[in-house]
Amino acid sequence: MKTGEKALYGLSATAALFVFWLLLSGHYAPYMIVVGLLASALVVLFSGRMAVIDREGHPIYLLGRAVTFWPWLVWEIVKSAIAVTRVVMAPSLPISPTMVTVRGTQKTAVGLVTYANSITLTPGTISVEVVDNDITVHALLKAGAEDLKGGGMDARVTRFEGGIR
Amino acid sequence: MDIWALLIDLLSWSLLLTGSFFCLVATFGMLRMPDLFTRMHAAGMIDCMGVGCVVAGLVLHAGFTLVTAKLVIILLLVLVTSPVATHALAQAALHDGYKPLLGDAARRRRAGGGGAS
Repeated sequence: MKTGEKALYGLSATAALFVFWLLLSGHYAPYMIVVGLLASALVVLFSGRMAVIDREGHPIYLLGRAVTFWPWLVWEIVKSAIAVTRVVMAPSLPISPTMVTVRGTQKTAVGLVTYANSITLTPGTISVEVVDNDITVHALLKAGAEDLKGGGMDARVTRFEGGIR
Repeated sequence: MDIWALLIDLLSWSLLLTGSFFCLVATFGMLRMPDLFTRMHAAGMIDCMGVGCVVAGLVLHAGFTLVTAKLVIILLLVLVTSPVATHALAQAALHDGYKPLLGDAARRRRAGGGGAS
């Protein structure tokens, strides 16, 4: 990574930490602000030495696309939560547990983790294992497994990550 | 109380009640499901729908304050960490040789209560 790029990531990480400090403390006296700035800068300095402030550790570039991805994910969660609720409340408990392997087309580790976590966050599907780009999923309902096989969520996450499919 | 505050109150309370409802359903699910994996599906509903709706309701109650910012931070923390914990638990169970009940076997086992371990 180039020095200029590194400095930019450091600056944006410091800004993010400082905003976090302000939100949590709620004190805006000059002394507190200076201490907060110093603390944020020190944390970024130490993290920089551990080489965790980079594209993967501080994925700020995802923020813009998250604005459209998260509402979509929330809607998916609501839909499958209603489906699972129906099954749980039905007297006959019509479950059909299924194990399937789906392929994530994401290119970065952040993208793949986002996909696996989105699967787990959606009620009725849990990502059990990730090997390379293959995610093993345990689904409560056969319909949920087939939905996942359709690849709609995979395409969404790949777009969120910035890849082309 | 003007109509706007009443509306916010109504919305906030219906969100709180929806969240509680999903927590209740998740608890029923945990008791009714036949084995570990299917139970985790039910428990996972508390993470997203239960916590999500309750926090959204509390945000409406708090209004545009620092408390809201903290509530949103809590929600984001739960939404990021809970799938990781769920995944770790499921993977640990699978690697330990716990076989998930699949298809019709799961439905037959249902009446028995506890899963094989």
